[in-house]
Amino acid sequence: MKKRWYDYLWILSLTYLTLGFFNILFAWLGLLCFFIPLIISVVSGTKGYCNRYCGRGQLFSLLGGRFGLSRKKDIPDWMKSKAFRYGFLAFFMVMFFLMLWNTFLVFSGAADLKQAVTILWTFKVPWNWAYHGTLIHPGAAQFAFGFYSVMLTSTILGLITMALFKPRSWCVYCPMGTMTQLICKAKAK
Amino acid sequence: METVKRRKRKAFVDGSLCVACGCCVKVCPVSAIAVWKGIAAKVDMAKCVGCGKCAKECPASVIAVQEVGS
Repeated sequence: MKKRWYDYLWILSLTYLTLGFFNILFAWLGLLCFFIPLIISVVSGTKGYCNRYCGRGQLFSLLGGRFGLSRKKDIPDWMKSKAFRYGFLAFFMVMFFLMLWNTFLVFSGAADLKQAVTILWTFKVPWNWAYHGTLIHPGAAQFAFGFYSVMLTSTILGLITMALFKPRSWCVYCPMGTMTQLICKAKAK
Repeated sequence: METVKRRKRKAFVDGSLCVACGCCVKVCPVSAIAVWKGIAAKVDMAKCVGCGKCAKECPASVIAVQEVGS
């Protein structure tokens, strides 16, 4: 099958994850992965982002498929149930708002910038080597640390389920995928 | 010589569990499957040859290849 330009978007995803190790402020670019799927679903009522442009999905597909890093077993029933998918979306949103709240605290001066990336919402990993101080407000840096934590955590979860089940198992419970599907369902009514 | 009549096989999607990721669309050799309105994948029965590539690829494993009558 002929490859198109959007079949190479996994390179962008990989670059994004790499850049976060050098300068945390690049994490802001990850907002594209949030807004583009939402805009596509709201405007056109399709999951065009998942279907074509999702670099993360392509990365899992490549690692689990061509690189053979997946067992290619069926995902357990509970993981594809609506309860789990919607529950995970709700949990993800709560953690996201907590992250925004922490950003707000730094912006308002009530808290100091914490140069750490939180993996799996639990483990705080010192990340000061990717922050060199900037002219912009520490709050903007706090958001970058928080957002990169979200992106790295979801990548790790995606890699684990890729290895255990099928390459793109992440797509089954991806909060953005669940959200855009809900938007599409609402639009189709 | 007697000819053995093979039953046709087609892919069936469990629409209620489909996440509409579109993995199946990418692997279908005859473009018989498409994501309908971002909700679930739908199979064009006239085009489907029942090869099972979509079923193998589906991360949620909600596609099954079944024999159809006649």
